Amino acid sequence: MTLEELYDIGQGFREQLSAFKAEIHVCGSGGCASSGSLHLKEAFEKGCEARKIINDVRIITTGCMGLCGAGPLVRVHPSDSLYIRVQQDDIDRILDSHILKDKVVKDLLYPNDGPFFAKQMLIALKNMGRIDPESIEDYIAHGGYEALAKAITYYTQEGVVLEIRNSGLRGRGGGGYPTGLKWDIVRRVSSAEKYVVCNADEGDPGAFMDRAMLEGNPHAVLEGMAIAGYAVGATQGYIYVRGEYPLAIERLRKAIKQSERLQILGNRILDSKFNFRIDLRIGAGAFVCGEETALIQSIEGQRGQPRPRPPYPSQVGLWGKPTLLNNVETFANAPAIVLNGGKWYSRIGTEKSKGTKVFALAGRITNTGLIEVPMGTSLRDIVFEIGGGIPDNGEFKAAQTGGPSGGCIPIQHIDTPVDFESLTQIGSMMGSGGLIVMDQTSCMVDVAKFFMEFCKDESCGKCIPCRVGTVQLFRLLEKMTKGEATDQDLDILEELCVMVKDTSLCGLGQSAPNPVMSTLHFFRTEYDQHISEQYCVANVCNLHGKNRAVADDSETVPRTEET
Amino acid sequence: MEEIRTLTIDDNLISATASSSILLAAREHGIEIPTLCHLDGLGDIGACRLCIVEIEGQNKLQPACVTRVEENMVVKTKSPRLDKYRRMIVELLFAEGNHVCSVCVVNGHCELQDIGYSVGMDFVRFEYLHQDKRVDATHERFVLDHNRCILCTRCVRVCDEIEGAHTWDIAGRGIDCFVITDLATEWGASTSCTSCGKCTLVCPTGALFEKGKPVTSLSRNRDFLQYIVNAREKHEWFKK
Repeated sequence: MTLEELYDIGQGFREQLSAFKAEIHVCGSGGCASSGSLHLKEAFEKGCEARKIINDVRIITTGCMGLCGAGPLVRVHPSDSLYIRVQQDDIDRILDSHILKDKVVKDLLYPNDGPFFAKQMLIALKNMGRIDPESIEDYIAHGGYEALAKAITYYTQEGVVLEIRNSGLRGRGGGGYPTGLKWDIVRRVSSAEKYVVCNADEGDPGAFMDRAMLEGNPHAVLEGMAIAGYAVGATQGYIYVRGEYPLAIERLRKAIKQSERLQILGNRILDSKFNFRIDLRIGAGAFVCGEETALIQSIEGQRGQPRPRPPYPSQVGLWGKPTLLNNVETFANAPAIVLNGGKWYSRIGTEKSKGTKVFALAGRITNTGLIEVPMGTSLRDIVFEIGGGIPDNGEFKAAQTGGPSGGCIPIQHIDTPVDFESLTQIGSMMGSGGLIVMDQTSCMVDVAKFFMEFCKDESCGKCIPCRVGTVQLFRLLEKMTKGEATDQDLDILEELCVMVKDTSLCGLGQSAPNPVMSTLHFFRTEYDQHISEQYCVANVCNLHGKNRAVADDSETVPRTEET
Repeated sequence: MEEIRTLTIDDNLISATASSSILLAAREHGIEIPTLCHLDGLGDIGACRLCIVEIEGQNKLQPACVTRVEENMVVKTKSPRLDKYRRMIVELLFAEGNHVCSVCVVNGHCELQDIGYSVGMDFVRFEYLHQDKRVDATHERFVLDHNRCILCTRCVRVCDEIEGAHTWDIAGRGIDCFVITDLATEWGASTSCTSCGKCTLVCPTGALFEKGKPVTSLSRNRDFLQYIVNAREKHEWFKK
């Protein structure tokens, strides 16, 4: 395979596509599939057969189109019309009106410049929902593997690393470590063997970015890893993907096979001297294996437990060799950076946080879904414009970012620009991109308890502060939600939070108290109410305000102003 | 000759070989740092967090057992904050297991007990978990009492690193972790156990002990560890 042949494949596939009069893309990702999109594809096929246009229309299942809350989604080309909430009886209308008469079905249409899309900027998600994730030709026809070819053909190893450094890209798994610096460290270490590992062990409650990317455009991740492999001098890559994502695993397997067949992965890639293979390793369901040292242990076949750092994996990693470990989204950004240059990427975002970030919107928000926005976009824009605000006339109470390691952002910080520094400053963190919106029906003590329960269940048990500390924290929070806690319990809770944060071995324990600390900071009155008045403002904890001086009607949800 | 690093620990100017840990350097100069999972002669894992120290210029506390000395490093092993954290760690351990000293074989020779005294723990603020744990007395010579196990993994490491049998390992997650022999079979049914008894000698508490010992009678001689390590690494085949 040469560069020309790669272009030929893309050109050939585009010619094939141009033979079709129309294309119908049915979203097949989690949200849409569960609302019945898989039957839609069959129905479209039957409808086309009945109208004898089956050979003129290309009907495919794609990855996530973003607007999951309004699924099932269908996109019709060439007019690029997105139809939302498509039901079986809408199929005839779409076929008869749009496909046959070229008249858009207006009542199902979501405009491409609508509020959900207007402020987004797609880089990592660019081709997702627009290509067939099981076809490498489709990916190549959309410019896929061009970046890898460009890197291998025109760039030195240092050159690729320099582009990544110039881009200002920072690790998208949550830590925000400068990616270019990491690549450079691994490149500089002299070792006969090096590894590139992709962390796809996404496990934060409410997060589905990596899953959507792997299911919707697996080749982008493979390409990013191959570019990284070339840049740091590695010949073997591993994708550590969690076992709960069977479709992602299947798609990745297929994608790796296709790439090997075309000599885009394997030996002598694109007729160069560069060899690179990628294998999958399937996680067995432990959240802590998303921590890099535990992940490495797990790949080696050991018990997935973190070890103290330093040494960092970039020096002593998989099987003791220098290892480059990045998140799915980080790798998915690499091809675009190589293709357009680091400077182009660094123009997007804020001064210290460059580029875009993918978020998974979940919770009490109208447009549940997957979005990608430039860094520095305000939380208000994300929740109220892109997200469409709170459904059922609800009142925004808090946004939770960073999963069990993050914190809650209250209404007074709604104008915070979303970037690494700003979020850390207000006691939350960027995290991997889960963003859960809560309204007045959420009790913040209960939310803190939920995340603490998660951390205690997922603690590996190696270090004492995390193993026992999280259990004690959970019990204290449980006492509060039952209305049995005292002021002394609150003191112990606060003291223990600081201690677990300061003394735990790995990131899981060090960040486990964050949800408690941030809710204590912003919603302290709720804790006080639970303790001294046995009163839960959101009526979640079932306390009925036994000791509350002013009796509230327990049937309705009371609303108070949060400060 | 190995390179020498000079550093300050608790206002003492100290020199140590470049490969030594802060813990080793401190102990060589008579500065005591409390530890539970560390044992001379075994590999360090940095798990018990008792040996955490403050290093100037670093926000995070670092475990002294796995942090190497560096030139001009300034280390503090004692501070009100560290004292408080160490005490809390010990309290957490006492609340986790079922540690009843008066009926324990190692009463008076127990490292957990000693550390409890040294950090000044006179009561436990946390709720006792009273977990339902088992006792495995199926081995003909030894007993494993999970109630007293603090999961320091010394037994796992001595069996793997010194005896070479790797009979012991850890199963479960978080608070439900427990030590196992072979694939979680009864100790007596273990096919890999050589009955050498090293695990019972390194155990810091009364979790592992020899049968037939009356309460408070068990003191442990751990000289064998240094002897084996010296023999392997320095080829010194004599007991000091």
